[in-house]
Amino acid sequence: MSLDLEQSVTNDTTKSDETTGDEINSPVQADEATSTAQAVDLASEYESSGVADVLAELDRDLIGLAPVKQRIRETAALLLVDRARRALGLSHQTPTLHMSFSGNPGTGKTTVALKMADLLYRLGYVRKGHLVSVTRDDLVGQYIGHTAPKTKEVLKKAMGGVLFIDEAYYLYKPDNERDYGQEAIEILLQVMENNRDDLVVIMAGYADKMDMFFRANPGFRSRIAHHIEFPDYSGEELMGISERMLAEQNYLLDEGAKQALSAYIELRRRQPHFANARSIRNALDRARLRQANRLFSQAKGPLSGQALSTISAADIRASRVFQGGLDVDRNQSGDGQ
Amino acid sequence: MRITQGCFSFLPDLDDVQIAKQVEYCLENGWAIGIEHTDDPHPRNTYWEMWGNPMFDLRDAKGVMMELDDCRKLHGDDYIRLCAFEDERGIESVKMSFIVNRPAKEPRITMTRSDYVDRAQKYAWQVNR
Repeated sequence: MSLDLEQSVTNDTTKSDETTGDEINSPVQADEATSTAQAVDLASEYESSGVADVLAELDRDLIGLAPVKQRIRETAALLLVDRARRALGLSHQTPTLHMSFSGNPGTGKTTVALKMADLLYRLGYVRKGHLVSVTRDDLVGQYIGHTAPKTKEVLKKAMGGVLFIDEAYYLYKPDNERDYGQEAIEILLQVMENNRDDLVVIMAGYADKMDMFFRANPGFRSRIAHHIEFPDYSGEELMGISERMLAEQNYLLDEGAKQALSAYIELRRRQPHFANARSIRNALDRARLRQANRLFSQAKGPLSGQALSTISAADIRASRVFQGGLDVDRNQSGDGQ
Repeated sequence: MRITQGCFSFLPDLDDVQIAKQVEYCLENGWAIGIEHTDDPHPRNTYWEMWGNPMFDLRDAKGVMMELDDCRKLHGDDYIRLCAFEDERGIESVKMSFIVNRPAKEPRITMTRSDYVDRAQKYAWQVNR
């Protein structure tokens, strides 16, 4: 992966060197070029800006999500080149950086947004690099005249950083024409256009609902430059994620538990309300609960650290998922089919 | 008559870039910025009108500058000041305050003198608008 980028970076270097040669000869650009560097070494920029670190971190910390990582890498390359072009006086406008992340719940949209904020900060496209995460409730008021100040308050907090709007489509409620969400949308659109230097807006949510939202609000589609889709995790990826989650908390699975967990993941995927990594995290939390309960009721005498941190098959097999999920869900899925 | 109050009184008026830098300094210290305006610059007038609530949780000066621009649009002919409030226990008060806008034609502050009991005299300052 990272080799790919190196490749693209070196290609870009040669490209920008060519254009530099042309520009220096042209008298129009002379005054621009004299004040700044005359050539840019992209590879060293890539290292010194810290972008390499962020991308490496992204690769290390996030399992799967190959297309997302690829898109972020491309975006980083684009921004790096754009920054180099600006250093040479070849472009002056701030590129549109607003993004939309679409994907099912628990696919890592918020985590990636955090990394994106860091990336944009290191490249100098946002001044502070903090992430303000909001939903409809934070933007839309409850009575007339309440929405504008509320939205503006949030925007002020997000200035110099990234505004992450989770489940952005709830801002727009087509069935209620007096919904105050429209007001928030108008303010957002205005700020996204006028304050492009000051903040980056990332909208996130389910793919199909986001599509509907953008169709109903064409203003957003045209103001958002990067649409990134988050795929669902595969069984193996979820397995890797759960092992990593447990390792962070100093727990481990024994052989039986590993098999039980992978069977659990397969079953859970097919049940409704499956939220990828989030479901797995909840399942692991419940398994820890059962493990504690088991140790408490069965243990005789002192326990070793090994015993305290091992989750066994019984802790996972006790889950309702193996009995076919919740009653409510069973009925629902029965109705649906 | 050029009326001065608070920080930077002896400097020429700050421009927006300089104001933003001062705000940035305040935010770095974790102070909350409030915008206040008044048409009565008398030194004893401590009750200036608040322009919205003081702004907590800001990270960047741009948020303050946006509010300041809005305030200037509506009260361009008033005195406007920024107050930086520190919420540190034991301090809990305004740490820094400076004027960021003044009317095109400023009022004069004059002194009046009046007689009092036993030929004593009292002095008072008055803002003549």
